[in-house]
Amino acid sequence: MTTPTLLPDGEPRAGGLRHGRPKYLEVRGLSVSFDGFLAVDNVNLDVVQGDLRFLIGPNGAGKTTVIDAITGLVPATGSVNHTGTEILGRKVHQVARLGVGRTFQTASVFENLSVLQNLDIAAGAGRGPLRMLRRRKTVDPAVEEALEIIGLEGATGKMAGILAHGQKQWLEIGMLLVQNSDVLLLDEPIAGMSQDERGETGELLRRIAASRITVVVEHDMDFVREYATSVTVLAAGKVLSEGSVAQVQADKKVQDVYLGSSGVEAAGA
Amino acid sequence: MMGLLRGRLGTAAGFTLGALLLLGVAPAVLPVFSLGLLGKFLCFAIVAVGIGLAWGRGGMLTLGQGVFFGLGAYIMAMHMKLADASLFGGSGVPDFMSLYGSGEVPGWWEPFRSPVVTLLAVVLIPGLVALVLGLAVFKRRVKGAYFAILSQALAAAFAVFLIGQQATTGGSNGLSGFRSFFGFDLKDPNNKVMLYLIAAVVLLLSIALARQLMHSRFGELLVAVRDQEERVRFLGYDPATIKTVTYVVAAVLAGIAGALFVPLVGIISPADVGVIPSIAFLIGVAIGGRATLLGPVLGAVSVAAAQSALSSTFPSFWVYFQGLLFILVIGFMPGGLASLPSLIGRRGKFRTAASTPALPVAPAPASPAALLKPEEEAAMPEEARR
Repeated sequence: MTTPTLLPDGEPRAGGLRHGRPKYLEVRGLSVSFDGFLAVDNVNLDVVQGDLRFLIGPNGAGKTTVIDAITGLVPATGSVNHTGTEILGRKVHQVARLGVGRTFQTASVFENLSVLQNLDIAAGAGRGPLRMLRRRKTVDPAVEEALEIIGLEGATGKMAGILAHGQKQWLEIGMLLVQNSDVLLLDEPIAGMSQDERGETGELLRRIAASRITVVVEHDMDFVREYATSVTVLAAGKVLSEGSVAQVQADKKVQDVYLGSSGVEAAGA
Repeated sequence: MMGLLRGRLGTAAGFTLGALLLLGVAPAVLPVFSLGLLGKFLCFAIVAVGIGLAWGRGGMLTLGQGVFFGLGAYIMAMHMKLADASLFGGSGVPDFMSLYGSGEVPGWWEPFRSPVVTLLAVVLIPGLVALVLGLAVFKRRVKGAYFAILSQALAAAFAVFLIGQQATTGGSNGLSGFRSFFGFDLKDPNNKVMLYLIAAVVLLLSIALARQLMHSRFGELLVAVRDQEERVRFLGYDPATIKTVTYVVAAVLAGIAGALFVPLVGIISPADVGVIPSIAFLIGVAIGGRATLLGPVLGAVSVAAAQSALSSTFPSFWVYFQGLLFILVIGFMPGGLASLPSLIGRRGKFRTAASTPALPVAPAPASPAALLKPEEEAAMPEEARR
């Protein structure tokens, strides 16, 4: 196949890729204030391509706000550098075009369009006006591959609105893949999923994170333990701790925040 | 049969049938007077095609299409006035200007002496106004009811402005008494038929344009913007651009319709472009089925026909009837009459599926908010299944 594949081989690991010049996301001094309340307070965050980073913390810690700030949804101060390009202060669609994609806590797919149409739209931000005004006749190879990766190749004509909850989340992840994002910001992708769906989503994350910069906001500590290669703990808008799952769990400050000596068990949704 | 209609062959057949009816059968059976009336309805149908795109597919409740209709109409009327004055009066000054004004043609009228400038302006001026307006409004993320109110206020302001300009636009009398259309005598029945035929061809072309837009990737994206504007941003598109393009197309169609309306009807006045006609444009679209291709066309033509038939018999009754129809359709059939077959079909399906596990069927929105809400399961799956 001549087209670049969406899934090069490999596993994500802490610290990311060790060869070549990996892409990176470098967040410095990120602050978001809502009417004087500092929801995100001077956050620094480094994620390298190939690292599967989980962002955890109690409710209201500012996890989602960090993602909102990076993607341009809420105004923020500081700096967010994506492999040499400053992305803070740009409009949402411009940030997306620079290769930063995200999903939402509640799956937001286009319910009145088919699975195929959803993916085709996600793949098409770079299309010129003439291609836009023509009918969609063939299936983009990237779309075809994404369908296979997210396991929806049998449901291409189905309206996205009638998909199962888990399938909607997978469709969103598929949309990120064809959108050609290097930075994936996933907001609670497994919330509301069954146990089987969680497992499948975890494996899916592992496969796609090997070649991308991935940040996952998650509450479920079992899931974090199983799939995270590195973890950042946020509390009250600040970075509390960072490292491997074991390191973070051993951190006294983290234990204090979660009010339990057995670590982060109490982090329920 | 539905399957056949959906194929490429079916489309061509449907288009040919429409062309035969409009261009062949209607001129052959209808007297010239009725043909002129039908021509007027077809003008409304052209506006409706644009509203169907902007509102049905794009979710923009355009309550002010009268502005663009009026721009096209007044540009054409100005040209015809000037041409008449040169052809018949000799002085080159339209009659009403000598009556109410200084007897001199204002400078901004002069460009419309040229037929070429007029034809270009009919398309470009509504388009440019919509472009500027659309960018200003959509870039600032004005949407929903706010956009609807804004567009309606604009129609009101436009009508008030026209009424105030007695000396240059004829005020509340508007412009009328045209005798020629690009050199053709408007009294000649053959020329009246020709005008009708032009309107019919323009309608067919605008339907073809709307169809191409709806079925293109742009059309799919437009539906995505209608349903989840914010989500589209995160995929790297600027929804403002997509909405503005659609708004401009709808405005250009309304402008062309206005320009055809003037020679067909023989008058354009603020009463044809203000708030009430702007809403009337919408009613036909809603009744026909705003998200479908032909719903707006059939809705606009039948509402206009019903109005002209009923309002002459019961002058005061029509407005109530129109209002009632509008409420009934929005309340109980948000997809319009076009959704009737699938509504009936769905009911049938419910009966047969009663014993088997029910399919998840999205409930039809029946709230008053349905006016501004994305619809509608009924119209969409047709494309989605491709």
